[in-house]
Amino acid sequence: MRYEAPSTTKEAVNLLAKAKGAAYVLAGGTDLLVRMKSDLIEPDLIVDIKRIKGMCEIKKTESGFTIGACVSAAQMGEHSGLKKAWPGVVEAANLIGSDQIQGRCTVVGNLCNASPAADSVPAMIAAGAKVVIAGPNGKRTVSIDKVVTGPGKTSLKKGEVVEAITLAKPEPKTGDAYLRFIPRTEMDIAVCSAGVSMTLGAKGVVKKACVVLGAVGPTAVIVPAAAKAIIGTKLDDAALAKLTAACEKACAPIDDKRGTIEFRTEVAGVLARRAAKIAYDRAGGK
Amino acid sequence: MAEAVSYKSIGTRPIRPDGVDKVTGRAQFGADQNLPNMLYGRVLRSPHAHAVIKSVDVSAALALEGVYAAISGADFPGPKGGALGGEGGGDVSDVAKNVMARDKALYHGHAVAAVAARSQKIAEDALALIKVEYQVLTPVLDVIAAMNEGSPLLNEKNFTKGLPEKATQPSNVASVMKLARGNVDEGFEQADVIVEGEYTIPMAHQGYIEPHACTATVNEEGKATVWCSTQGHFEFRAMTSKILDMKVSDLKFIATEIGGGFGGKTVVYLEPLAIMLSKASGRPVKMMMTREEVFRATGPTSGTVCRVKVGAKKDGTLTAAKTWMAYEAGAFAGGPIGPGAMSIYAPYRLENFHVEAYDVLVNKPKVAAYRAPGAPQSMHAMECAMDEIARKLNMDPIDLRLKNAATEGTQAPYGPKFPAIGLIECLEAAKVHPNYTSPVPAGAGRGVAVGFWFNVGMQSSAEVRINEDGTVTVMEGSPDIGGSRASMCLMAAETLGVEYQEVKAYVGDTESTGFCNVTGGSRTTFATGMAVVQACEDIIAQCKSRAAATWGVDEDQVEWEDGQAIPAPGTNADVKPLSLADIAGNAAKTGGPLLGRASLNAQGPGASFAVNLTDLAVDRETGKVDVLSFTAIQDAGTAIHPAYVEGQLQGGAAQGLGWALNEEYIYDANGVMQNAGFLDYRVPVASDLPMIDTQIIEVPNPSHPYGVRGVGETPIVAPLAAAANAIRDAIGVRVYDLPLSPPRILKALEG
Ligand SMILES: Cc1cc2nc3c(=O)[nH]c(=O)nc-3n(C[C@H](O)[C@H](O)[C@H](O)COP(=O)(O)OP(=O)(O)OC[C@H]3O[C@@H](n4cnc5c(N)ncnc54)[C@H](O)[C@@H]3O)c2cc1C
Repeated sequence: MRYEAPSTTKEAVNLLAKAKGAAYVLAGGTDLLVRMKSDLIEPDLIVDIKRIKGMCEIKKTESGFTIGACVSAAQMGEHSGLKKAWPGVVEAANLIGSDQIQGRCTVVGNLCNASPAADSVPAMIAAGAKVVIAGPNGKRTVSIDKVVTGPGKTSLKKGEVVEAITLAKPEPKTGDAYLRFIPRTEMDIAVCSAGVSMTLGAKGVVKKACVVLGAVGPTAVIVPAAAKAIIGTKLDDAALAKLTAACEKACAPIDDKRGTIEFRTEVAGVLARRAAKIAYDRAGGK
Repeated sequence: MAEAVSYKSIGTRPIRPDGVDKVTGRAQFGADQNLPNMLYGRVLRSPHAHAVIKSVDVSAALALEGVYAAISGADFPGPKGGALGGEGGGDVSDVAKNVMARDKALYHGHAVAAVAARSQKIAEDALALIKVEYQVLTPVLDVIAAMNEGSPLLNEKNFTKGLPEKATQPSNVASVMKLARGNVDEGFEQADVIVEGEYTIPMAHQGYIEPHACTATVNEEGKATVWCSTQGHFEFRAMTSKILDMKVSDLKFIATEIGGGFGGKTVVYLEPLAIMLSKASGRPVKMMMTREEVFRATGPTSGTVCRVKVGAKKDGTLTAAKTWMAYEAGAFAGGPIGPGAMSIYAPYRLENFHVEAYDVLVNKPKVAAYRAPGAPQSMHAMECAMDEIARKLNMDPIDLRLKNAATEGTQAPYGPKFPAIGLIECLEAAKVHPNYTSPVPAGAGRGVAVGFWFNVGMQSSAEVRINEDGTVTVMEGSPDIGGSRASMCLMAAETLGVEYQEVKAYVGDTESTGFCNVTGGSRTTFATGMAVVQACEDIIAQCKSRAAATWGVDEDQVEWEDGQAIPAPGTNADVKPLSLADIAGNAAKTGGPLLGRASLNAQGPGASFAVNLTDLAVDRETGKVDVLSFTAIQDAGTAIHPAYVEGQLQGGAAQGLGWALNEEYIYDANGVMQNAGFLDYRVPVASDLPMIDTQIIEVPNPSHPYGVRGVGETPIVAPLAAAANAIRDAIGVRVYDLPLSPPRILKALEG
């Protein structure tokens, strides 16, 4: 196995593009190294991107935030501007694993690992994040929900590496939130989860919303019907009941050691409802 | 020892003598022994839960470059029988077949072959080259279905033991045990209320952090030396001697530091294989299990079904109790039905009772001891039933238990009359504890349950050596799991009358100290402690005689006080007291080095009772449980090192809560465990639990010189029912099946 730690994105792309056999990008390694150790993968090439300057920082710009691919979840939690703008995204990143894991892991790794239960993904989709991808043919930017295509599968092509995630500066009166269910308090995989973001108009009426569920399908599930259920409302009980029902309807989970279909479906609805209330509150709704 | 005694060393809390080496990484655990030319051994495990092994061919593995030995069942001598020591039930011949399958693989993960190679990687590659021909059979996974007449059989030669008449047909029931007194039918007739329920508990693992590991080396004369993580190196030696047909004196076992055992390291798994591989290769062999192997192939404790029926009068007096229970033995006989049946009613005065327990073979790993083996399962059912009775009678659950509590002189259901015990003291302490008197937090429920364990005595040896500067070396043979070296030092310091800092305790290997049974049964501080105290008394007697010789007086004119020999009052001698250092320094002139020793088979271990209180909050929309508070109150007899006693109480509570709330072996239809790792075998993480509050009750055990009762096992017994009763209190319905996982609670809430 070859290990490379290039200092530019271009070199990284080159290495990956030319690689023969199985090549992997290494960010925090909290998925990759575990999979190597448990013999699930046997890489021929590993490209460590942590030496690439610029990938390790969070940039605040006029239009929003750029989160480099090597930024750890812990760094996100320490960034007061990001936390204030997108508290739901940050709280999702800060649910991954434990303090030790968060010191290493990245939300880009969380995304590219393509687990249906990835914690930061529903929150980032709800927040409308975009992904900057560098490849042999230059850069492209895609909406984040276009990256994961199935369990362990992404739309990234050979030689491509995610450079950063961008989040727009939130519109006024915007709030987001993320909740997941695990039977323990940490060090567990989401049984189901929900990320919600919304922007309010006049008098606390929901103007825009996005509701996304995790671990109830092969990829994160965007639930337009749930958003529709609350748009134009002040998030009253009737609207929340409709949102819950829409979420339950959108669930297509599996039965496994971590939870039953029945349980996941029901609790996903509960979490979406609770997350919506928190997001509404954060958006300044009363 | 009824009156309060004041001690100088006992009851203090010095830091543990092994602590610094453990936090700096200097301590040597099971996997830390490395020798020149050492090989790595790996085990090939059955991919089937139930299969006939038609053939095993290791030749291709042996031919691989870097492979030095390969073995399978055919290489082992015919197994010799004999009961297992310690707390684990069963027979050595079964352990032999568990260590390496012979003609049948009886669970997914059962060892079928092993190799030794230059590296772990080569050993892994070699396993893939071993050819095993299986005839796959239907796995038997459900304990109740296993008992049915038509069930596939694990062992065609298994005839149920313990039946009134000899069994004529083979079955999966290894044995049955009955215990009864009085007349239960009459008892139930006298009852004003009767409760009944069927309680199930899944198989659970001890979850020790250190996986099994050992290094073995066999010399040209056939003498084997083994370093291993064990709760009892003498019993590992005994089992290995029988499994490999070797003389006990040809086996030397060294117990390394141990990263937890909880009963699971009282039987051998790797050690006989490492010896075989070392013998075959002529090189030292190290073997280490992965966590996955630990889950799949080492002893969990039995999953159980308990059907309990209890009757009581309006005033709470119990009139009768009847229980039917089935325990999973795993692949071989030896589920803990004896202790399960004997403990279930132990806390109560009961005229009429009946309990019937079945040890049932299923295609799962052979169970091993796990803290108070058998008792958490049966007592869970009884303590839940007690809660139901209290509810029906609208009676305080502690009052109900006080009304029926066993006390000194009560005839225990398992035979003897209790000497002084501390159940009533624990119940009374619980009643006034803030965790009981404070209002139950909104949305939460409060649970109470009683725990109990017999404790055991068994054999121990100890030597006490006084070094030439008067410092003290204690040598004994009980692996230190819970801090016992500190407790030995405290008892030695107390007896000799010297400072704690002057005493150091060591766990000797099987050649440097006398026989000790396993560190299990909560026996070490009690029994090995008793041997240490007696060895110190031996030293004192010798010191008195040396002083008498020095002073030219009779021995009975010398007394021992505060670590020195003094003339007895009225002795006509103008002499200065002689300290231990004085006597040791002058030993050459008075008869040579001072060496005290004792060996015993300790009697009267003294049962330990506990009462647990807990407040649990239930999220009614998701079924998630939060532990808000937990209090463990337990009788320790005398707490030699109170911080370690508290640690035992807290650890048992954490394990019991894990088992109650989330831990379970999850199997698919083929008998493959689905959650063989700590990600999905959900033991509580630190942030899941509040600080576990403890209260030590001290009702001294009359059989021990300092009143010690074992405390290691009782702590895991009550948390199961305490949690179940708290959840019953919180949600208004009883959930009969453990674990009380969110899906299960949500379902119960929805009716
Ligand atoms: C103990 C433990 C607990 C965990 N708990 C959680 C949890 O609670 N929630 C959760 O969601 N996850 C959890 N995880 C999984 C893991 O920590 C997360 O998915 C994490 O975000 C992965 O980030 P990473 O930087 O470590 O990724 P890596 O392991 O470095 O990479 C993951 C995958 O993404 C690819 N990749 C990484 N960066 C790029 C890039 N820039 N471009 C293209 N491909 C890339 C890698 O090649 C690899 O396939 C846990 C893991 C462990 C070990």
